[in-house]
Order: sequence, then structure tokens, then C-alpha cells
Amino acid sequence: MRKRITSALGAVSFHALAAVASVAMIYPILWLAASSLKGPSEIWRKVYSLIPDAPTLENYVRGWKGFGGISFEIFYLNSTFFALVGTIFTIVSSAFVAFGFARIEFRGKKILFGCMLATLMIPTQIQIIPQYIIFSKLGWVNSYLPLIVPKLFGQAFFIFMFVQFMRALPRELDEAVAIDGGGRLTVFTRVIMPLMKPALFTGSIFSFYWTWNEFFTPLVYLNRPKQYTLSLALRSFSDPAGLTDWGAIFAMSFLSLIPVLVLFVAFQRYLVQGIATTGLKG
Amino acid sequence: MRISVAARRKNALNDLSGYLFISPWLVGFIALTLAPLLASLYFSFTNYDILSPARWTGLENFKKMFFNDPRYWKSVKATLYYAVFAVPLRLGVALAVAMFLNRKRRGIAAYRALFYAPSIVGDSVAVAVMWRQIFGGEGLINACMRLVGLPGKTLWLADPRFAIWTLILLAAWQFGSAMLIFLAGLKQIPSELYESASIDGAGKLRQFASITIPMLTPIIFFNLVMQMINGLIVFTPALIITNGQPLDTTNFYALYMYRRAFENFQMGYASGMAWILMVVIAGLSALIFKTSGRWVFYESEGR
Repeated sequence: MRKRITSALGAVSFHALAAVASVAMIYPILWLAASSLKGPSEIWRKVYSLIPDAPTLENYVRGWKGFGGISFEIFYLNSTFFALVGTIFTIVSSAFVAFGFARIEFRGKKILFGCMLATLMIPTQIQIIPQYIIFSKLGWVNSYLPLIVPKLFGQAFFIFMFVQFMRALPRELDEAVAIDGGGRLTVFTRVIMPLMKPALFTGSIFSFYWTWNEFFTPLVYLNRPKQYTLSLALRSFSDPAGLTDWGAIFAMSFLSLIPVLVLFVAFQRYLVQGIATTGLKG
Repeated sequence: MRISVAARRKNALNDLSGYLFISPWLVGFIALTLAPLLASLYFSFTNYDILSPARWTGLENFKKMFFNDPRYWKSVKATLYYAVFAVPLRLGVALAVAMFLNRKRRGIAAYRALFYAPSIVGDSVAVAVMWRQIFGGEGLINACMRLVGLPGKTLWLADPRFAIWTLILLAAWQFGSAMLIFLAGLKQIPSELYESASIDGAGKLRQFASITIPMLTPIIFFNLVMQMINGLIVFTPALIITNGQPLDTTNFYALYMYRRAFENFQMGYASGMAWILMVVIAGLSALIFKTSGRWVFYESEGR
């Protein structure tokens, strides 16, 4: 009896603590959403409140107009294009490369795999200067080419993730296809890819939200407002040098987070597993 | 004899198809990583603005960097300060929360998701913009301070004492990934260890110090170094929230390098900066690989 009471007390205090802490964690995000719905006077009067007195969408209407005659529709479409194409390129090429590393014994594999892992450690910031020089000589600056073409070469994080997954698949499958006279490409497309679906899916979610949030490379390569992604647009929109309409900024900021938040709510289980199993940052 | 010919042919075929499959990565590795790195090593010894040809200047860039550019050292100092406080803070919170959530109760998955949520949006410009407003003069923090009777007039982002701490706080807020990795690690620790320790009369604190920490050491260490590397290249929040100000106290290494390269078009100088950073990161990575006897993929690579 006593034991049951203490364990019930434990449960209550655990849930109380956990609930308070998790609300505190997401308070800024909720606050952003709430502020985006507040009218111009309320936004400064009751800064901290989470429930607007008179919710209004006028911030969204004003914000959507954008700046310099370019509406947020354009920025939204640019980001969607970049994130979708970037994700498809990254995932397909990474899976293809991963198959080579996971299923085929070839000379020099160990060294090359080591090189591949080493590139995980090299941040974009270090490679961007020489890459910029190359792309500017090719005349690719101010286009999406420098942003999406490199994604055709696979990305170390995903190659590693898929290699891990493929190694767990039984080798007998490959042999069975070989006996039937199928080549390596058949094994890859007909056997491995279908079995890889969960990993490909998890990878796609990661890739989508990373590309969606990408800021540094677009900042370097895109200079024309018409080409801006949401990240670049938000930066210009909230430029401290100009007049800042915080209501509209809140609205557009929150709008830019919505796809990521929706993906997260829908698929958080996959993301949690992905991080726990690769042990790498997410 | 025949067998060996067949075997050799099979090997050659394997080599061919292996290289075929990894060719996208290999091309990218050579064209977009290896060659550019070597090129930037060369540029670091030149004066180069892209428009006119690079002019060899020997060690001039590095001399200037080390002896004649106070802003360089200020950026090094700011970056180290940031990494040294932000990374342990983030990992400490991550471990504490992971231990708190490492139990069998209903609703754990929901709490885990809520704690992780900030990490999923934390890198974005939207959140950085929001952070600027939270710590602004008329922002959320000051409003909350006034609510409890404090003056609430601090200009957090304009005060050299506080500005960098708003960025450190933003980093600490995103402890989600590390928390998930620690949670996975905690689940690996056999419960018998704790059971026999408590039979032997070891208290919770003792169990934490003698079981949890030692068992998690490889994971903690790996995360510490990886996050350090990430801390050294922090860019977006410094550009959006503080713009490197006030008095260059948040003019982090990556931001300063970006400005030299893409605002002043001093590609040579910036390449030199990149290479110094490269050497530091290579050193940190070597530290991981040397001590990595116990992590997942190295073991399976061995076959």
C-alpha cells in the first residue's frame, strides 16, 4: 500500500516537472506563433502573453507582400524547389554510393571509405572559398547550380547512414540475384532499394529540413532578391538598418518554420531513431 | 591456374563495378573537396581578389594574421569563449535531461519530442530573428523582467558583457540531438550493474559517478569533440542576431572569414584563415579517431 502511494507520488511529481520543463522549452516557439497573431498595439503592450486578445491575420497579409515588389510566394517557391530537388539529388546519389561501399569488395575501398568519413569533419566554411572561385569561373554565381549540383555527388552523412543500414541486410539476397543472372545494378534497384525504404525515408526527412534551413551557401551564391530562399528573405526583411515591421516579421518567420514543424510532428519517431542509431548530430 | 584467372577476372569486375558505384562521390571528392583544399592552400600564400590574377606574397597573409590584425585575435578569442561555454553547457543539460527521461513511464515519447523540438528549428534564420527580438530592448526578456518588478532596461544585444551569452543560450537551448544520443547510450547500460551496486549499498550519486559516467564516457567524449568542431564554425546566429557586434565581441571566426572573403574579396587572406581552422579541426578529429576504439562503425568497418 505504502509502496503504491509513493510510486503514485513519484509519477505525479515526474509528470509535473516534465510538463513544466517541456512547456518552458517550446515557449519561444509558441510565443512566436502567438505574436504573429497580435495586432500592432498588442505586440508591444503584452509582449509575453501567449494568447492574443484579438487575434488577427493582418501581419500575414502585410508580410506576404514581401519587399522590393517581390512577394513571399516567390521565396516560398524558391525554398520548396531547393529543398525538394536538393533532397532527391542527395538521397539518390548517396544510396547509390553507399551500395558500392557496403556490398562490393574492391581495391582501395578501405582508404576511400576512410576519406569519405574524414569529409564528415570538413565544414562547408572551409571549402566554400575555393568552391566559390570555381563556380564563379564557371559563371554559376547567382544561380541555383552551385547549390544543387554538389548534391549529386552524395553527402557523407547519408552515405554513412545508408552503408550502416545495408550492411545489416543479408548477403544471400545478392547471391540469389547473381545466380539468376542479374547484375549489380539489378541487385541495387530490385533488392536493396526496396528494402532500404525506411532508411531512405528517414534520410529524406533529415535532408529536407537541413536544406530548408540552409543559409550559408545561399547567402554566398545568391545575390538577387528574386532568387532568395526564405532564410535569405527573412534576413533582408528584418534588416535592422531598415524600418522593421515586427508583426510581419513574426508572421513570415513562423510561416517559414511551418513545413519543418509539420514534418517533425508527423515523423518525429523516424528522426529520433535516425539520430540515436547514427550517433551523429541531427 | 584456370581458377586464378577466373578469380582475377572476378576481382577486376568487382573493382570496376565498385568504382562505378562510388564514382559520384569520388568525382565530388576530387573536384569539390580535394582540389579546392589544395587550391586554397596555394591561395593562402597569395593576394587574390578573383578579378585579377593571384599574386604570390609568401607568408605575408599569415604574418598579418598573427602579428598585425587585432580583429583576427579578437575573433579567435570570441570563438573559443563561445565554444568553451556553449558546448559543455549544452552537453550538461543534455545529459541531465536524458537521465531524467530514462525511465519507463507513460508520456516519455511526448516529452522527448518536446525537448527535441527546439533543435529542429534552432539553426534557422527564423529562430535567429526571433532571438533578436526576445533579447531586444523592448523584447520578451525585458518585458518578463518588468512583470516581476525588475527594471528590464538592459540592452542585451548591445552590451559587450551580455551579447555573446545570448548566443550561448541559443546553443544550449538546442541540446536535443545530444540528449537523444545520451538516451540511447543510457539504455545500453545493463541494469544489473545498478542492481548489484545498490545491493552493495551505493547511493544514487555514487552510482552516477561509478557506473553512468564511465559507461557513457566514449559517447560523451565523441559528442564533446564533434560539438566543439561545430562550435568553432558557428555563423548564422552571430550574423543575424548580433551582426558580430558589439565591439566585435561576437565577430566569430567563421563570420570574420566570411567578411574577409565575400565582403572585402580578400580570398588569399580568408583562405589562410580557413587553413588555420582546418588544422585545428583536423587535430580535434584525430583526437576522436585515436580514441575511437569503442564506437559503432569502426568495429563493423574492420571486416
